Amino acid sequence: MKLHEYQSKTIFSKYGIPIPKGRVAATAQEAKQIAEELGGRVVIKSQVLVGGRGKAGGVKLAKDSNEAEQLATQILGMDIKGLPVRKVLVDEASAIDQEIYFAITDDRSAKKPVIIASAAGGVDIEEVAAKTPEKIIKINIDPLLGMREYIARDVAAAIDLPREYWRDFTKVAMGLYEVYKSTDASLAEINPLVITKDKKLVALDGKMMIDDNALFRHPDLAEMRDTDEDAPSEVEARKYGLSFIKLDGNIGCMVNGAGLAMTSMDVIKLFGGEPANFLDVGGGASSEKVAAAMRIILTDPSVKAILFNIFGGITRCDEVARGILAAMDEVKPKVPMIVRLVGTNAEEGRRLLENANMITAETLADAAKKSVEAAKKGK
Amino acid sequence: MSILVDKNTRLIVQGITGNEGLFHTTQMVAYGTNVVGGVTPGKGGEWVLDGKLPVFDSVKMAKDATDTNATIIFVPARFAPDAMFEAADAGIPLIICITEGVPVQDMMRVRNYLDQKKVRLVGPNCPGLLTPGEAKVGIIPGDIAIPGNVGVVSRSGTLTYEVLYAMKNLGMGASTCVGIGGDPINGTNFLDVLEMFEHDPKTEKVILIGEIGGNEEEKAAAYISAKMTKPVASFIAGQTAPPGKRMGHAGAIIEGGAGTAADKVKALEAAGVKVAKHPEEIPTLLM
Repeated sequence: MKLHEYQSKTIFSKYGIPIPKGRVAATAQEAKQIAEELGGRVVIKSQVLVGGRGKAGGVKLAKDSNEAEQLATQILGMDIKGLPVRKVLVDEASAIDQEIYFAITDDRSAKKPVIIASAAGGVDIEEVAAKTPEKIIKINIDPLLGMREYIARDVAAAIDLPREYWRDFTKVAMGLYEVYKSTDASLAEINPLVITKDKKLVALDGKMMIDDNALFRHPDLAEMRDTDEDAPSEVEARKYGLSFIKLDGNIGCMVNGAGLAMTSMDVIKLFGGEPANFLDVGGGASSEKVAAAMRIILTDPSVKAILFNIFGGITRCDEVARGILAAMDEVKPKVPMIVRLVGTNAEEGRRLLENANMITAETLADAAKKSVEAAKKGK
Repeated sequence: MSILVDKNTRLIVQGITGNEGLFHTTQMVAYGTNVVGGVTPGKGGEWVLDGKLPVFDSVKMAKDATDTNATIIFVPARFAPDAMFEAADAGIPLIICITEGVPVQDMMRVRNYLDQKKVRLVGPNCPGLLTPGEAKVGIIPGDIAIPGNVGVVSRSGTLTYEVLYAMKNLGMGASTCVGIGGDPINGTNFLDVLEMFEHDPKTEKVILIGEIGGNEEEKAAAYISAKMTKPVASFIAGQTAPPGKRMGHAGAIIEGGAGTAADKVKALEAAGVKVAKHPEEIPTLLM
C-alpha cells in the first residue's frame, strides 16, 4: 500500500525528522488560508500516488496566498497520469543548498533492510542508478541489530556530507529506520533530503509503501489507503478477500492459486487470446466467493468468455462447482463459460455442471484453446 | 534416498489443534508420514486423532518427549514468526512453514536468526514437501504424484500440482517435490534445493517452476550452468503479468523493470535449461 507525501511526512515528523511547515488542503480556499498562515512563498504540491508530479505540472511555487489560491485551483482540477488530484500539500518554500537521496527499503536478495543514499538527490533515483551507479551507495542493516549511529556516520561519509551535518544526519537516519520498522514499511524514502541555506537538514519530500501483510497490526495506516489508483473492480474484489487484477483482454479467468492463475493467463496468450484479468479465488473457495468473483469479472463489458481452471487439492471441485451454479443463478452470465476441473472430487464437480451448458476441457492447453475460440465467436 | 524428508522423518505439527492443522495432520498420517505429535500452547496433555497423537504446550516439551527431527507450522500469520523462532530455539533442524501472509520484516528477522542457528526453513507461504511413497510434509495432495527420479522445486502451489499430475499421466515419478513458497523473503531457495538434488543419488533430472519477481531464477541459472550435471527443465509463470502489480503471491511482482519472465527464461535457456511454453509440456522436455 502506498502512502501520500503528506501522510509520509507526518509520520516522519513523529519520529523526529524535520519537515517543512505546511498542511494538506482539499480546496483552493483552504490552500489560500494555509498560505496566509505560513506567510511568504509556498509550494503547492499535488497529492497523487504516481511519480513525476513535477514534470506533469503538479508542483508549483507561489509568491503569496493569492497566487497559492490560483495555483491550487489549477492543480486541484488536474489529472496526473490518469489519477485525479483531490488534495494539495501547501508547504513553506525552502532555500536549498544541496539535495540528497536517502531511503530504507527491503533487500530481497540479501534478506535484510538496505539503506540507499546518494549525494545526487532530488531526481529520479532509478535514472541515477542506471546512468551513474557509482553515485549511489547501499549498506545493508542487520534486522536483529537495527540501525546504529556508526552506520549513519558511514553513510554520511560515503556521500561526502560535510562533517558539520553528521549529527543532524544521524538523527534523520535513526528516525527513518524507526519509521521503516514501526510502520512495517517496504519503502521509506526522503527525496530530496535538503541542506537549506540556513544550514538545516529538512525532508522536503517523502514516499512510503507499507507491507500489505502487516496491515493487521496497523489499523491506523490501513485507513489511509487511497484506492484512486486501483480499478473499482479491484477495490470490490479486496472486500471479498479475492486477489484480482484487471487486464485489457476479453477472456475472464477464475483460477485457484496465484501461480496457476498467472499460468492460465500465459497459456491463453500462448494460444492467441488475451486475458481480461488475474484472479486467484484462493483455497477452499466458497460459493459466495465464487459468485462475487463472477460478478466482478462480468462488470467488465469487454469480457467475451470466462475460463474456470480449478486444480483441486485442498479446494474441492464439487464445492467450486456448486459455487459456479449458485453464481450463474444469481448473475445469469450471457458469455460462454469454459470449465476445467481436476483433482479432489473433480468427477462429482463435473457431474454437477453437466446440465449447466458449459464447455468442458481436460487439459489446461485444451481449456485455453477453447476459451480463445469462444471469445472470438463472441465478438 | 530423496531430499529433506523421507520415511525417517519424525514430524511434529505446530498448530495441530487448529482447523487446518488438524485436517492436514489427518491427511499426512493417512499418507504414511511419521507424525509423532503436535504443539498448541494451552492444550498440552490433550490427544488428537482418536488418542493417537499427543499435544504439547511448547516445541521444547514436544522435542523432549518425542524424537522429532522436523516441524510443520500451520498457525495464523501473526503467530507464525514466533512459532519459527520457538522451533529454532528448541533445536529442530528442519522447519516447514505453510502459513501465508507473514509480514516481510518479520521474515527478515526470522531468516537472519535461523541462519545463525543453522536451521533449515522451507517456506513460508508454501505447499511443503512430498517424497512420494515415503512422506508428505505439507498440503500437496498425495495421490497426484508417484515415486520416481525427477526432483521438482517450485515457488507455487497449485501450479506444482498441475506439473506433478502431468508427470504422473506420463508415468513419470518424483524423487522429492519441494514447494519453496511465493514470499519475497523465505527460507530455502532454488539454489539450495538444486544443490541437494545434484547430490541426491535418487534424483536424475530436475524440474524448476519459477515465476516473476526477484532474481532467484537467475541465481539458479548461474548455478546450473556452473555446477549441475543433471538435466533441468523449467517453466516461468507470469509472462503476461503487468509490471508493478503483485500477482497474488507477495513476491510475484515486476519492480523497476526487474524480475520479468522474459529475463528469467533468457537466463535459464543460456544455462542450457529447456523452458516449456506451458506447464503440461514440462515433463515431455525430460523424456
